Amino acid sequence: MSAFKDHILRVGLILAGFAIGATSLVVLTEDQTHDQIIDNERQTLLNAINAVIPDGQYDNEILTDTLILGSNKQLGTKEVSTVYRARKNDEPVAVVLTAIAPNGYNGKIKLLLGINYDGHLTGVRVIQHKETPGLGDKIDLKKADWILNFTGLSLSNPDESRWKVKKDGGDFDQFTGATITPRAIVDAVKSALDYFSTHRDALFAITETEE
Amino acid sequence: MNEVYGPIIRDGLWKNNPALVQLLGLCPLLAVSNTVINGLGLGLATIATLVASNGLVSLLRKQIPDEARLPVFMLIIASIVTIIELSMNAWFHELYLILGIFIPLIVTNCAITGRAEAFAARNPVGPSLVDGFMMGLGFTAVLVLLGAMRELIGLGTLFSEAHLMFGEAARGFSIVVFEDYRGFLMALLPPGAFIGLGLIVALKNVIDARETKQTKTSDDLVAEPAVS
Repeated sequence: MSAFKDHILRVGLILAGFAIGATSLVVLTEDQTHDQIIDNERQTLLNAINAVIPDGQYDNEILTDTLILGSNKQLGTKEVSTVYRARKNDEPVAVVLTAIAPNGYNGKIKLLLGINYDGHLTGVRVIQHKETPGLGDKIDLKKADWILNFTGLSLSNPDESRWKVKKDGGDFDQFTGATITPRAIVDAVKSALDYFSTHRDALFAITETEE
Repeated sequence: MNEVYGPIIRDGLWKNNPALVQLLGLCPLLAVSNTVINGLGLGLATIATLVASNGLVSLLRKQIPDEARLPVFMLIIASIVTIIELSMNAWFHELYLILGIFIPLIVTNCAITGRAEAFAARNPVGPSLVDGFMMGLGFTAVLVLLGAMRELIGLGTLFSEAHLMFGEAARGFSIVVFEDYRGFLMALLPPGAFIGLGLIVALKNVIDARETKQTKTSDDLVAEPAVS
């Protein structure tokens, strides 16, 4: 009986040894890669921001000049989102907002929008979606140029009533076989522009608490 | 040399192919085989994990107690996958952004535990490494073939978005096979994956059956030449 117990104890200890060894290896790797990963993620975020605001247009540290927004109906966000503010010589230039189109064909579509101070879009990108490959995924710049059509537009260009896909009597192209996806994006972009037009000054306000 | 490695290579690539015969690792296989490039990406990540896990398990096989071998395999595999994921994220970030989603999927690939249990735990390091590589290659071949079928039928292209994996120079790899193809969505959705894999398994069985028949008939001819 005692031999049996010894055996269990031995196997248990060996298993524990393997657990400690494996975990140590993971911890060691994490420690070695941590800084590099943070740096990479920062660079990726900066690339995403620069896709919607060309980096020549501002001279501030855009990654730290941020504002945290709570969940917001007009932006479609259910969680807090970060607003990045671009300034040049301390004058407000543009904001980068996250907006979510809740009604994509396959769930939510996450957008990043750059809107300059006078309300024109400096760029829109889809950063997360689950739309059907080959149909709705043409909203992704990797697949098609459609999303670039938004650059330069504002609430008055085209006219507010024309912020729809062509099928609904508006100005925006839908895709063959996919209307729901572009419709969701057009609605989300317009709604974000509406939000910006009513909250512009609050969005650019300097907050001292941000780090 | 060939007597040891020959069967291992044949097993991995054909006779005991993890995807077609063992039918292991179907969860990642069916999920990401919608284009050639996706399939290739998951395949390469799987090869790396299989080789590393087979090597480690084989190296430690005398230390691993028989009763606790499965938890130890899981520990080893999960650590390897995590380490590969972290290292890729740090040093091959561009590649990570593309393949990153596939890496955690590898943990769900029971072909890896299967090879640790069935081969690496009982064999020396050399053959275990070869087994891992060949099984991975066999898995990758099916992924790429299934990816090609689904991409061709679903989108009418091949190798689309190769630049995501091979850099800007590879943009030209993409082949539009059918101009103005309207697309066939089902091939890209999960049913297409099941039907496609079913067809490939069936094709393999037909080839195998034909081969057995041929050997049999030639045997028959020698043994009983008079029977018509």
